[in-house]
Amino acid sequence: MTSPRLLAVVPAFNEAGAIGRVVDEIRAVDPAIDVVVVDDASTDGTAAVARAHGATVLRLPFNVGIGGAVQTGLRYALEEGYDAAVRLDGDGQHDASELPKLLAELARGEADLVIGSRFVDGRTSYRPPLARRLGIRVFARLVSLLGGQRVTDTTSGFMALDRPGIELFAREYPHDYPEVEATLVALRSGLRLGQVQVEMRQRETGASSITFLRALYYVVKVTLALLVASLRRYPRLREAGR
Amino acid sequence: MTPVRVSLAGVVASVLLVLIVLELVRGRRLKERYALLWLATGLVLLVLSAWRDALNTVAGWLGVTGYPPAVLFAVATLFILLVLLHYSTVLSRLTDENVELAQRIALLEERVARLREREQERVPAD
Repeated sequence: MTSPRLLAVVPAFNEAGAIGRVVDEIRAVDPAIDVVVVDDASTDGTAAVARAHGATVLRLPFNVGIGGAVQTGLRYALEEGYDAAVRLDGDGQHDASELPKLLAELARGEADLVIGSRFVDGRTSYRPPLARRLGIRVFARLVSLLGGQRVTDTTSGFMALDRPGIELFAREYPHDYPEVEATLVALRSGLRLGQVQVEMRQRETGASSITFLRALYYVVKVTLALLVASLRRYPRLREAGR
Repeated sequence: MTPVRVSLAGVVASVLLVLIVLELVRGRRLKERYALLWLATGLVLLVLSAWRDALNTVAGWLGVTGYPPAVLFAVATLFILLVLLHYSTVLSRLTDENVELAQRIALLEERVARLREREQERVPAD
């Protein structure tokens, strides 16, 4: 019996300055974790830095967006036969030292998708601006409503997946602004959802790239995607009775 | 009743459309698959332009009493919308296929690099 093989999927776009540390921190948590950095057609040295720090690099020939990048990593996990995968962003926002919490929850075997949530309880230090906080809450409510289960954080992106989770998202994962819709797709496909409280880092360099127009597109796109997803049929990956 | 000159202009325009589409297909600059909706557009407009009684009848059905050629515009607009919608679906499919190809390339390139490395390690041992 070999121990389960675990892959960390790190999507990165022009993160040469941060990616080295992200890879190091994941490997520091557990050297047995394989790290794959999905370079979404960066124009800086992201791929080279990641490789120098010991990560496997998947280099996309053109920019496909965060969702397409994450999915590339999950397809790698599927094809290489990994038992579990975690996703952490290449900008260092997801704190690798929180990883053991997600993995512990996954190891209990009661969840296929474990979300690192900022809002499981009130302890978080994460204080986004009002508009964003409102958006995060509205989407959490909407997904809870449509998915039939209380979800506290649909936008965090910090997640761990077991094999059925990898299989689902390798096949079906939205290409841009994927997290909210993916959560609903997981619920509707019958995956069991786990949530653990995590702290997230504030962005270290530069402001969030979300401008007003982009925020508007985000809200409209995600809302449409949620409504359409709740009209679609998804094959049940697990029986309803757990 | 539709003015004769409007009917003539409609016939000329729709015949031109059909001829241009056929020529594009002949020259392999347009796939049959994407020509079909355009040909249907041209032919329907041709029929409604040339067969003036039909245009009046259709206008009567639709309650267009004042100016039957308005139906020509309406039908043309409808077909253009159909063509555009069709293209949007094609565009979406192409986007998905494109991303899928990009992902496959990324996965295959990594695998090729890995295999090549392994091969180079093996050669000196022989």
